[in-house]
Amino acid sequence: MVNLGSDEIIKYPFLDEAGKYLSDKGFSLEDFALNSDLKKIVENAFERITISLDGHIYKSDLTSNTASTTTETFSFLIAVILLKLAGMNTLTRRFSLAEARRAEKFLEKDLKNQHDDKSRKISLEILQELFSVTIQKEDEYFTIPIVDYLKHSINFHEREWKLINRKITNGKVQLTSHETVRLVRKELDRYIFSKINSSSSPEMIQGFEPYVTKLKLLAKKFEVKTVESTEYPPCIKHAIEVLEKGENLSHSGRFLLATFLLNKGQTVEQIAPLFKNAPDYNAKVTFYQLNQLSGTSGTVQYKCPSCEKVKSQNLCFPIPECDPIINPIQFGRKRV
Amino acid sequence: MNEKDVMLLEDTFKKFYFEHFDLLHVPESPKLREFGFQKFNGGMNRHITLKSDKELHLLLMQNKPSDVYCSNACYRFPNLPMTEKDWLNADLIFDIDAKDLRKTHSVNNSVIKCSDCNQISSLSDSCHNCESTKLAVITLTCSDCIKSTKDEVKKLNQILTDDLGINPQSIEIFFSGNEGFHIYVPKSEYQEIGSKERAEISDYIMFRGAIPETFGFKKFNSNKSSLPKFEDDGWNGKLAKQLYGTKSNRSKSIQKIISGGYSLFQKRLEQFRDTIGIKIDPNVTNDIHRIFRLPGSINSKSGLTKIFVENLEKFDPYVDACFIDDEETNVKANCPIKFSLKNKKFGPYKNEIVSLPKFAAIYMICKGIASTT
Ligand code: SF4
Ligand SMILES: [Zn+2]
Ligand SMILES: [Zn+2]
Repeated sequence: MVNLGSDEIIKYPFLDEAGKYLSDKGFSLEDFALNSDLKKIVENAFERITISLDGHIYKSDLTSNTASTTTETFSFLIAVILLKLAGMNTLTRRFSLAEARRAEKFLEKDLKNQHDDKSRKISLEILQELFSVTIQKEDEYFTIPIVDYLKHSINFHEREWKLINRKITNGKVQLTSHETVRLVRKELDRYIFSKINSSSSPEMIQGFEPYVTKLKLLAKKFEVKTVESTEYPPCIKHAIEVLEKGENLSHSGRFLLATFLLNKGQTVEQIAPLFKNAPDYNAKVTFYQLNQLSGTSGTVQYKCPSCEKVKSQNLCFPIPECDPIINPIQFGRKRV
Repeated sequence: MNEKDVMLLEDTFKKFYFEHFDLLHVPESPKLREFGFQKFNGGMNRHITLKSDKELHLLLMQNKPSDVYCSNACYRFPNLPMTEKDWLNADLIFDIDAKDLRKTHSVNNSVIKCSDCNQISSLSDSCHNCESTKLAVITLTCSDCIKSTKDEVKKLNQILTDDLGINPQSIEIFFSGNEGFHIYVPKSEYQEIGSKERAEISDYIMFRGAIPETFGFKKFNSNKSSLPKFEDDGWNGKLAKQLYGTKSNRSKSIQKIISGGYSLFQKRLEQFRDTIGIKIDPNVTNDIHRIFRLPGSINSKSGLTKIFVENLEKFDPYVDACFIDDEETNVKANCPIKFSLKNKKFGPYKNEIVSLPKFAAIYMICKGIASTT
């Protein structure tokens, strides 16, 4: 177990140790409804969520006195409770992504920190315990075993993450502190998300209701009115469902969905809202990519991938109607 | 292949196995491996389990296989269909074959066999008999090819030890039984990685997918000092030699490289794939469900044995991997060029009946340039 100081509890409030810190303080949830100081924290917690919904990162007060440690850590834990009460997956998705980004910043700084051995040690321990990456510091670099590196880098599509584009010696990959943390970004997000997901749902707490109601309203903003999809093949329905749930759809899944709908004659403006729920949604990027695929930006229009290709990407869920076709585009067409 | 040829090969292979059980062993953790074999003119039998050398020897005697295979992977249930096997891990394997190294075929050791009329002719673009262009190239023994595959194996070994951190003692080299080498790395830290990860290792070894930034070349403001140096580890050092030739040339070459621009450098990197990239067959390395020729077994493409190589430098496959005896054997041989086996020269033969030592007769039958009838 990682032994955290109060500084680290603020930075990494999703670790078990942080929860323990609070129970040690002897608060109960009911106190939050009554005590006006604590009410302020609920306000903070709500803010922490809304900031994440806008895709921003919550800024922390790292002055590290007892008061700030309590407020900071509580605001995270109360945020989790609010999210559980609201029960909207989209909100949790966005929140955990923002929290992961926030922790990432601290991890990187701590790794680099030459003057504070303790912070550095803790960041190394977190990486080891949560993601089983064994990191060593060598001169100005960090090195990790090739096998550990591959386990994570394999999910990246950028060419710079290919093993050939890494300096490797004697079974180890050289990374900067930034790259080291970037390597586990996805897993950090997943870790926080599943941590929240698996925590038990509390009963409604007095004083929390207005916030929960507001959150539910906010979640509506991310809901998608999908186009009638009954005549779509199962692979497309699946992709839409994943997005509707606010879950992450793989790059190839997005490519499939976008090219399919574009080929069916839908416009970029019609399709873009579908991606609004993705945890890493960015309007500008989405439009740019859709325009690329559609050919409106001067390139040729991309074709919808074949069923075989879709199958190889584990995105195919065939039904009998799929039998005669080799491309999802053909689904539902009558043979002449 | 006609029945008489099949019978001769089956009997010869069986005799070899009977006399050389000492060469044929099940690998470590045999119960977790999938075995397979092929019969002459037959399909592949897979999903077989064998517990011991004894069971392996029995299989060889009973089935008279043309080729025998064993998985480099371990499974919890190796005899079930692929999806139910429950993959556990796999030895890292590499295949270096002369066919992937050759840029062109040489008239001295290649002949063509016409797919239309079966005529065998010396190397050319069309059949000498019917002018068909549907041809199969058959390569015969060639010491140059063996030498270049050996060099490639050495380069691979260097990358495995220096870059991938593999203990040189745990690298095992086998002659493939035809014209290449199989390199095994059992029980390494790479044992449990999947196919995608292995593909990354293949690309690294083959120098595939390199980008200029990796070698210090940026789109804007490239810094002279960040480009490869001779003493650099990994590909950087190797690339430095290619780029500058000599140390004293570095500064001048870098000037040229930088002024040539980013995309030109990218192009050059792609070309280096052919010159400095190691020519392994990536399909072999990346496939974690493969059954791979069993060490000690005969390769029916040549009649030579897949055998452990102790000293790569001294190893001569055409002597050390040829275990068949020299009993006089009559065959009708059709081979327009000379070849040498077990230090003896054979050929050329003009569709004539000749009496040859059995090892040469078998070699030619396996290559498809002779027959007993
Ligand atoms: S068979 Fe084709 S259309 Fe049907 S689910 Fe699979 S990919 Fe989609
Ligand atoms: Zn012909
Ligand atoms: Zn040759």
